[in-house]
Amino acid sequence: MIKKTGNLNKNKIISRRLFVLVAAKIGLLGVVTSRLYNLQISEKQKYEVLSDKNRIREWKTPPQRGIITDYFNNVIADNQRVYQVHLSLEEVSNFNNSIFKLKNIISLKEDEIKKIYEKKEKSNPWDTLIISENLSWKEFSKLNLYLHELEGAKPVLSTSRYYPYSNDLVHVVGYVGDATNKDIQNKKKIEENFVPGLKVGKIGIENSKDTDLIGNHGTKRYEVNASGKKISEISYNKETQGENLRTTIDLEIQRLAQELLKNKAGSICVMDIYTGEVITMASSPTYDPNKFTHGISTKDWNEIKNNKLRPLLNKSLAGLYSPGSTIKPLVALAALEYGIIDTKFKVNCKGHDHPYELYGERYHCWKKNGHGLMSMRNAIKQSCDIYFYEVARLLGVDKLSLIAKRYGLGSKVLEDFFSEEKKGIVPSTKWKKQVLEQSWYLGETVITGIGQGYIQTTPLQLCLMTAQLANGGFKIKPKLIYDKEIDLDKIKSKIESEKNKSVSQNILKDHEFKHYERLYRNSNNLKLVLDAMYGSTNEQFGTSFRSRHKEDKYKFAGKTGTSQVKRITDQDRELDLDLEEIEYKSRDHALFIAFAPYDKPRYSLSVLIEHGGSGSKAAAPLANKLIKKILDRHELREKIRKDLKNIV
Amino acid sequence: MILSTSLNSSSYSFFDKLKAVDYFLIIIVAIIGSISVVSIYSTESGNFSFYTKNHLTRFLVFFSMFLVLSFVRVSVWYRQAYIFYILGILLLLLVIFFGISASGSKRWINFFIMNLQPSELMKIAIIVCFARYYHRIQSSDIQSYKYLLQPIILLLIPCYLVITQPDLGTAILIAGSGLAIIWLAGLNLKYFVYSGLILLVSLPFAISFLKPYQKSRILTFFNPDRDPLGAGYQIIQSKIAIGSGGFLGKGFLQGTQSYLEFLPEKHTDFIFTLFSEEFGFVGSMVLILLYALLIYRIIRIGFSSRSFFAKLYCFGFASGLFLYIFVNIAMVLGLLPIVGAPLPIMSYGGSSMLSIMLGLSIVMSCKIYSRDPIGN
Repeated sequence: MIKKTGNLNKNKIISRRLFVLVAAKIGLLGVVTSRLYNLQISEKQKYEVLSDKNRIREWKTPPQRGIITDYFNNVIADNQRVYQVHLSLEEVSNFNNSIFKLKNIISLKEDEIKKIYEKKEKSNPWDTLIISENLSWKEFSKLNLYLHELEGAKPVLSTSRYYPYSNDLVHVVGYVGDATNKDIQNKKKIEENFVPGLKVGKIGIENSKDTDLIGNHGTKRYEVNASGKKISEISYNKETQGENLRTTIDLEIQRLAQELLKNKAGSICVMDIYTGEVITMASSPTYDPNKFTHGISTKDWNEIKNNKLRPLLNKSLAGLYSPGSTIKPLVALAALEYGIIDTKFKVNCKGHDHPYELYGERYHCWKKNGHGLMSMRNAIKQSCDIYFYEVARLLGVDKLSLIAKRYGLGSKVLEDFFSEEKKGIVPSTKWKKQVLEQSWYLGETVITGIGQGYIQTTPLQLCLMTAQLANGGFKIKPKLIYDKEIDLDKIKSKIESEKNKSVSQNILKDHEFKHYERLYRNSNNLKLVLDAMYGSTNEQFGTSFRSRHKEDKYKFAGKTGTSQVKRITDQDRELDLDLEEIEYKSRDHALFIAFAPYDKPRYSLSVLIEHGGSGSKAAAPLANKLIKKILDRHELREKIRKDLKNIV
Repeated sequence: MILSTSLNSSSYSFFDKLKAVDYFLIIIVAIIGSISVVSIYSTESGNFSFYTKNHLTRFLVFFSMFLVLSFVRVSVWYRQAYIFYILGILLLLLVIFFGISASGSKRWINFFIMNLQPSELMKIAIIVCFARYYHRIQSSDIQSYKYLLQPIILLLIPCYLVITQPDLGTAILIAGSGLAIIWLAGLNLKYFVYSGLILLVSLPFAISFLKPYQKSRILTFFNPDRDPLGAGYQIIQSKIAIGSGGFLGKGFLQGTQSYLEFLPEKHTDFIFTLFSEEFGFVGSMVLILLYALLIYRIIRIGFSSRSFFAKLYCFGFASGLFLYIFVNIAMVLGLLPIVGAPLPIMSYGGSSMLSIMLGLSIVMSCKIYSRDPIGN
């Protein structure tokens, strides 16, 4: 009995105790349920994202660079099919072994192998390593034959930059190379589209227009497992090609210019005097941009770098030269505009025995026997130095500097399009005080009058100066990339209206000019100067008479220039050595500027031959050949211009 | 005594016994078993291979065993309770000498047909043993130190043996089930409060005795991002899997976290994670509900039993079962540190399946022989 009541008692207790336990269980069940609710319903999105981040990995595919063509749609920077071998690191069990096997199949040099190991250090274990960017077909087929032995190796058909006219355009188009950290930092577009092995423009248009050319990378999304192995492709957002660019260059003329400069150091620039289109910008010597695409070898690089004629320097816009006598038309124009001289003003040039003298300092003309009594037209035509010493003295360097700047000297022609372009120097009293902290001497004015002394110009500036003289004195906008907005007819009508505009009092003071605005006070002054340049080329005793065209349609006007690289001593003058007898480095630079055709000017050009000797002998004859080609191609260029205009 | 039991047995006809079987409980177990096979099948990305085959076989074998052993009289279990306990301790001792090591701990004995994990059996043995122990004690004696000390020693021995394997998870589950029975038997609340306080005070000491990996697991529990690729990896990946499952889940065989191998231990401790990823909140709640029903049925059987032993056993087993389930799910949900505790029936693993089925067969035996008065 006692036991029974005991059991009853125990039964009561156990029920009560169970009740507490069940309550606790229900409570804990609530905890679990709310946690599940929290994870799977409240925070579902967060965990979905995390799950996708786990399982989805993105691979970027390289973008395709845009094609660059000349004005006539000839491809000058192309994408070429190349054979490559990539190594998928996640599939490689023994890296050293794989490289050793690959080395035996494709020819890998020691330094290339070193680079591969360096690249491997920086990669993720799931990355793909580019072992060789440019295999020969023979190597590629051999690779395919042994592929079963090479774990992780993948033969890949890819594209890479190719310049079909290798050397002819390197200074315009530039070249590409691997993107460096600096490239990535500097350009957002590169950063956004970076993939290992991405090529970016290093110089030239490739560099300036990189943002347009690069295109957008593609994205391949794969599902991967925990060890990073690809399971399946989820999506492929295809890469896009960058913008195709049409330049203003005429390949034919560019190649002729390069040909004419062969074995010389120098530059040739050709420009449309209305549209400002740079038709040719040749610089010599040159080099092959294709060598840079897959990384240039040390040997090739040293060869280019150590060349005494400096192929890496883009002489057209980064080479600085005294303009020499090519400045004379501008000096004459300035003097006329300011009313310092008139057409009747004459100076007597009496030869080396009676040089121009100023404060005891003597200034010689280049012509030993003197030119005699010179008027302005004759002085330009025969390039008399004595005349321009005197005119410059009367004019003063500040007025000369103002007009020189107005016509394009002393500032970058292509603005910031090329980072390497130089501004040059157009000296003035203020400039000397600011830069050299010295006062100006009148003797320096005198030699500035013949384009010597402090004055420094680039060949492209001289070409622009000639263009802005030849177009009747209007500011133009030079450019290298075709721009539909810049329309010849519109420019011409703008110029027509500018001609008839009344001139403000301030036209001869320093002020900013807008594009296509008139730069002169009196158009007759310009006409006089251009006529004198005509004489220089087409009349006897003209300095470029021997380089003239007899046929009317090719007739052009020009001005020679010979730029001293060192001071001519009396001893030199006495020796009067032939060009070949002077050490190369001491020879004068030969210059020539011209515009054509004379009656209806359309193109301007500048030729510079470093250490070429006299402008009339070394530079002007090249202009003869060039101008024929330029004018022969004029019709075709106009046709393309019209076609392009009609394309919507 | 033997005579009297055999006499009693004759009072049940075969038909009576069949009638007394709780079919509802059997159906629930069968459903959970089927879900488990489907889940293991999913861990193998829908291939009917090694794990699935093994799991299915084990389930079928142990499920059959459960049905057969259900007809063993509950009084037999009562009588053999201490033997069962001693057998469990012996097996645990055997592990020390002949055990098989895997991933740093020695838990298994090779029995040719299967690797037996005695600690799993101990989970049931402790409940049976305590049920018998308290069956005999008068309610007035329960509070006395003499009767308190014995179960504590009985509990500490297996716990110590299991901890040193080392297997903290199972030790906690054994201790938990044991304490649940002591509680049910009616030990005064104050003892629980006191010992709870002592435990809390000695916790820093206890932690200093933990293995480095156990310590790091506990630290990781409080801050999983401490070491996301090391100690925190499992819990982070588990939470991602469950969370990304959402309301309806990613669908059968679509659990990316598991088939892409992000989820560790997906066959065993993290099977709930896989299930929850593929079947979502709804699926998880259904599974939890099934477990709740199972526990409810067991408690119901306890209530309808006449003997105190049967009651205590059923309630104790129900509490133990709840504890196993809760610890596992709370662990994979990041509510508790990762201690290594399988989810009953669902997780791959023979010993766990064996012990659960054994435990269930004793429950069923309580049902079938509910009228059996259990003698002294």
